[in-house]
Amino acid sequence: MPIPAREHQDGPVETADAPEPVDAQTPEELVAQWEAEAPPQAGPVANLAASLVVLAIGIGGIVLSVGLGVGTASSPGPGTWPLAVSVLVTVLALAQAVIGRHGGQGGEKFTRYSWITLIGFLTLVAMVVLIPLVGFEIPALALCIVWMRFLGGEGWRSTIVYSLLIVAAFYAIFIAALGTSIPHLI
Amino acid sequence: MEFLQPVLDGFGVVLEPTNLLYCLLGVTIGMLIGVLPGLGPAATIAILLPLTYGVEPVTAIIMLAGIFYGAQYGGTITSVLLRLPGEASAVVTVFDGYQLAKQGKAGTALGIAAIGSFVGGTVAIIGLTFLAPLVAGFALDFGPPEYAALALLGILLVATISNGPKVKALIAAAVGLLLATVGRDAFTGAERFTFGNLSLADGIDFVPVAMGLFGVGEILYNLEERHRAVKAPTTVKNVWPSRQDLKTSAPAIGRGSVLGFFLGILPGGGATIASLAGYAVEKKVAKDPSRFGKGAVEGVAGPETANNAAATSSFIPLLTLGIPANATMAIIFGALLIQGVTPGPELITAHPDLFWGVVNSRYIGNLLLLIMAIPLIGVFVRILRVRAAILAPITALITLLGAYTIRNSMFDVLLVVVFGAVGYLKKKIGFEPGPLVLAFVLGALLESSLRRSLLVLDGNLLGMMGRPISATLVILFVAVAVFPLIKSFLDRRTQHAVVDEALRSGPRPGAASGTPSDTHTKENA
Repeated sequence: MPIPAREHQDGPVETADAPEPVDAQTPEELVAQWEAEAPPQAGPVANLAASLVVLAIGIGGIVLSVGLGVGTASSPGPGTWPLAVSVLVTVLALAQAVIGRHGGQGGEKFTRYSWITLIGFLTLVAMVVLIPLVGFEIPALALCIVWMRFLGGEGWRSTIVYSLLIVAAFYAIFIAALGTSIPHLI
Repeated sequence: MEFLQPVLDGFGVVLEPTNLLYCLLGVTIGMLIGVLPGLGPAATIAILLPLTYGVEPVTAIIMLAGIFYGAQYGGTITSVLLRLPGEASAVVTVFDGYQLAKQGKAGTALGIAAIGSFVGGTVAIIGLTFLAPLVAGFALDFGPPEYAALALLGILLVATISNGPKVKALIAAAVGLLLATVGRDAFTGAERFTFGNLSLADGIDFVPVAMGLFGVGEILYNLEERHRAVKAPTTVKNVWPSRQDLKTSAPAIGRGSVLGFFLGILPGGGATIASLAGYAVEKKVAKDPSRFGKGAVEGVAGPETANNAAATSSFIPLLTLGIPANATMAIIFGALLIQGVTPGPELITAHPDLFWGVVNSRYIGNLLLLIMAIPLIGVFVRILRVRAAILAPITALITLLGAYTIRNSMFDVLLVVVFGAVGYLKKKIGFEPGPLVLAFVLGALLESSLRRSLLVLDGNLLGMMGRPISATLVILFVAVAVFPLIKSFLDRRTQHAVVDEALRSGPRPGAASGTPSDTHTKENA
């Protein structure tokens, strides 16, 4: 079966066609190529922000644990273990803030494509909110359309055909065949 | 041979038609999801967890075995056809597998991988059958201090052996431990970190966490990454490896089985280390090592056999000690808990039918994989040609609706989405989800063991050093904790040497990208 040519733009944002990568000949070259293709590593700001979030979790944990009652070593209270873990989180967060101060400690930079993920996430949240109100069919259809047309760059025709097919298939499997109690309209 | 009786009874359970059917279903669906680019075995199993609800525990576990094998093989398929390893343990398969595919021998690579996986898996199960009762018998004497030390060691190993930066992995693990404390305290009944939310009073359920971090997290991440075009795979012909290929691979499969079995028992990424070691061994013993990386069949057979053998033998710590050795095992551990099966030393004597059902289901899962993989390769190739834009909403819907069906709870679905965002952010910022999930699963055990130890030892944890087993484990723990510091010190010294040498010799001709010096620096960083 011949492979249909890709007729769709690959993303909503116009991308310059990347040159066909030269095929690596040895494992070492392949690893090098992977590294070259990998997104740029996260910088110092991302590291600091991440460390601060972790630090906040740690300190919050310490405060709440102390409120729970710490007890003593021979008779531990409900807060003993959470306190120990929170202290560990706090120490590690401080260590990470120092170690990663120049960036390059793993992680990736957010790119313009990260917007796609944010929109994708928001559609998932919308789905969770809407399913109990209007059943799963319409939110699922909307999710398919958004993900295919706007996030995936599919054409309108294939978007609509595939979205309808997918929702119908899910209905057939989850509602008709398995009889689950997922809220549904029909 | 009296002890073999329960083993044989276990076969009776596994061979019931319903169980066979579920295993077949598991293998097929596991492969179908596992073959989707970006979804490795951990993600696949997490997404498919709801499938195992509502069936008998033994049946559910058998299905899970099928999903596990199917998902692993799905990762191999993407390694060979798309040059995209599903998980770390399939990375080395890419080197020769993808070259074989380019030479029109993708079928050979996939066929050999299936056969190697089958042999490696089977050898490892036989080993497991004999070794597991011994380990379990030994572990029966473990008290709280031993368990506390063992759980700590397990978490530390998984965190430090992972690929990413060590401190971040440790942070992930610590946050996992903290998440595990949410809910009612088992000792005093006090509510911890629930903020008055009734849904949180029973603690955060494991399944939404795993489905979110591994499933939705990966799906969201792939949304962003898929503009990196993946070449459409060619059609796959000649799925059956030739006699010559089999002959060349047989010794590699033999070596991989044994190597993988032993490396898999060790906690912390057993399968990954096994596949790397498998590749290195094959390259070393080969008469002409220069063939490697250019489509040597042994380069696929060795690591694929080893990683499957290791994946199977890593069930030994899980089933006999109740300590999962890696992220995938942590998810299976969670799945077993949901089925009311608590893996640990008592499992083998208290529920022999279940224990041997679990073990023997692996034979069947392995066999069905071999039967299904080869004829279905054409189907998988076709799935790989479906555009990511169409596949993404399907996987998202499977995950969300599946999460709902577990307890008919929208709160669970919300948790899945929230942990999906956490998983995505963690991945972007460089925190591995594996240590978090593992620590989350072990958190309750660790806390209760530590608290019991404090009671047993009158509040003095140093008393752990007075018990030989816990003392050994604590010493190991310290060794593992200190080792990376020493290693990074040594690395820094060798790195300077390597860079100096590279600068002197100048850029290597034919390097794909970057100068040799910056490649080395990155590798060592």
